[in-house]
Amino acid sequence: MTEQNIADLEKEKRKIKSVAKMKEIMTTYYIEAKTAAESGKKVAWITSGGPVEFLIAMDVIPVYPENHGAMIGASKMGVDLCEKAEEMGYSRDLCSYARADIAAAPINGGPIGGLPRPDFLVCCNNICGTVLKWYEVMARYFDVPLFILDTPFIHKEFSPAAKKYVIDQTYEYIAFLEAQTGKKMDYDRMHEVSRLAVEGLRLWQAVLDTAAHKPAPMTAFDAFFHLALIVTLRGTQTTVDYYRQLLAEMEQRIKDGIAMVPNEKYRLLWDNLPVWYRTKWLSEKFASHDACLVGDTYTSAWSGVMDLIDPDNFIESGAVAYSSVYINVSLDKMFDTLAALIRKYDVDGLVMHSNRSCKPYSFGQYDLQKMVMERLGIPTLMIEADMVDARSFSESQIETRIDAFMEKLKT
Amino acid sequence: MITAGIDIGSITAKAAVLNDGKILGTRVLFTGYNAKQAGRMVLDELIREIDMSMDAINAVVSTGYGRNSVDFADKAVTEITCHGTGAHFIDPEIRFIVDVGGQDSKVIRIDETGRVLDFAMNDKCAAGTGRFLEVMARALEVDLDAFGPLSLQADAASKISSICTVFAESEVISLISKGETRENIIAGIHDAAASRISAMARRVGIVPPVMMTGGVAKNIGAVRALETRLETPIRVSPHAQVNGAIGAAILARKL
Ligand code: SF4
Repeated sequence: MTEQNIADLEKEKRKIKSVAKMKEIMTTYYIEAKTAAESGKKVAWITSGGPVEFLIAMDVIPVYPENHGAMIGASKMGVDLCEKAEEMGYSRDLCSYARADIAAAPINGGPIGGLPRPDFLVCCNNICGTVLKWYEVMARYFDVPLFILDTPFIHKEFSPAAKKYVIDQTYEYIAFLEAQTGKKMDYDRMHEVSRLAVEGLRLWQAVLDTAAHKPAPMTAFDAFFHLALIVTLRGTQTTVDYYRQLLAEMEQRIKDGIAMVPNEKYRLLWDNLPVWYRTKWLSEKFASHDACLVGDTYTSAWSGVMDLIDPDNFIESGAVAYSSVYINVSLDKMFDTLAALIRKYDVDGLVMHSNRSCKPYSFGQYDLQKMVMERLGIPTLMIEADMVDARSFSESQIETRIDAFMEKLKT
Repeated sequence: MITAGIDIGSITAKAAVLNDGKILGTRVLFTGYNAKQAGRMVLDELIREIDMSMDAINAVVSTGYGRNSVDFADKAVTEITCHGTGAHFIDPEIRFIVDVGGQDSKVIRIDETGRVLDFAMNDKCAAGTGRFLEVMARALEVDLDAFGPLSLQADAASKISSICTVFAESEVISLISKGETRENIIAGIHDAAASRISAMARRVGIVPPVMMTGGVAKNIGAVRALETRLETPIRVSPHAQVNGAIGAAILARKL
């Protein structure tokens, strides 16, 4: 066997086999969403942090503009669409998910020819304030109703008044859905969906946890890819089954000693959204230094609140859980989460993506960086980029930073 | 052991040849558009100058943005590590380096062995770089080399509030038309650049003694403005511009 053949075999061995199934599920999902009108189903656009479980229980197909934004970024169509949005009059400072998605709507742009037309929109501001305006723009454009779920920011604790405020809105949300679909909420079904949601979250977390093993069977780059289901189809049997399969594969890889990065020597944690159009370049860059991004704050953001959810009392516990997501809490709380991840994955360094687009995620990063260095003594690296808009990515400058950071870790 | 370091920056290419901790010579050249050729040329010129042959050089390390295009180098190392090593070699007391080059500025904190502890780079914006000063010099129709001495004659530095080079240029033009003296404007320009750099330096944590490297270290006005902002004296070595290349040559000894 030639050296090339051996290298190819090694590469083949490291590939995650479940990827094919994942692609199949996502394709089916988008086909169903795009043909919803023919099958008589309603389509709702919803923010990534929004309570999708209620939509699933009401048989409404949820569609995620943010997931669409990620796909646009990954297929390197971001710059073109962002520029179109700027021509429409949107500021370059606006989140590139919003820009890409707003520009894609009128021209059916992007890798899947645009998202299916929504019957209504659901916006939860637990992730940011940008989504409010973005969804208002979309509601006007499509001339459809918009439901806003307002989750107060958690500085120290979630007050009883704030909790009641969110719970009251959850009942309004249900009433809104009943009005839109013309049917009553089936609470038995809702209970089943909640149970599946929590099960899905637990399995997803278990998948991520496998990377705590040394060497890691998967990297954060793999997590970015496999994340789509817990965002889009949370609360379905499909998601539970898929993550069970993925978990089994990861556990088998650990048994077989298969590492994602061949000579894993340095373990790093990633903070913020991925740089969607550069995941391959970045993963190869780090791998060339025998460094593996074993975990990240982004993909665990969904499962981070799972312990707060009680499937038997989803409406009340969900209100607290949805308000407690990673970027809706104070820096001190973010630091606690970060510190726990650093310990769990036993990392040598933290790589922070200062993301021009996502202000709530990037604001305060320098303080977090300081806290991590001072309190935990963990070296950190700051990379300035954008998740979708490649105009904010400078290869040679980022390369220098990564190389210098790795030189520092190696000495 | 004779080693060479080559630092390919955005504007200039630098070379240094060392023999076991002794500097045999250094050279600076404009990079031009062909970084690969610039690396070859600057070293060729240098070895001719010091009357040496290429075969006498045991190892070469390249650095700078063009480090990967120097195909005859034995290894490429980032300028962060090289500046740390270079500064430590020149002056072992140094714990903090401010490097201001053509298109970026960086701050590096090192330990007592020259090892990099932390660093930060400003590369998204021209303010606080050599390019910024160049553009301003053109707007003022002053030779860049005169910038330093002129700014020292200012009685009060003008306030330049824009952080963007493009806007700062129009601000400078309006200051000229308001009759503000050239000296004061130049001092204001240096202060604007220094304030940018100092914000970055404070993020990393300034530990004196501080050394300034890079081409801009030759500008006494920029050095003084930075000293005021950092609130600490700054040491400038005669090798400021070739510090990265010297560091690279030192690292080549370990190959
Ligand atoms: S600003 Fe951040 S949280 Fe908000 S939509 Fe954009 S990426 Fe998502």
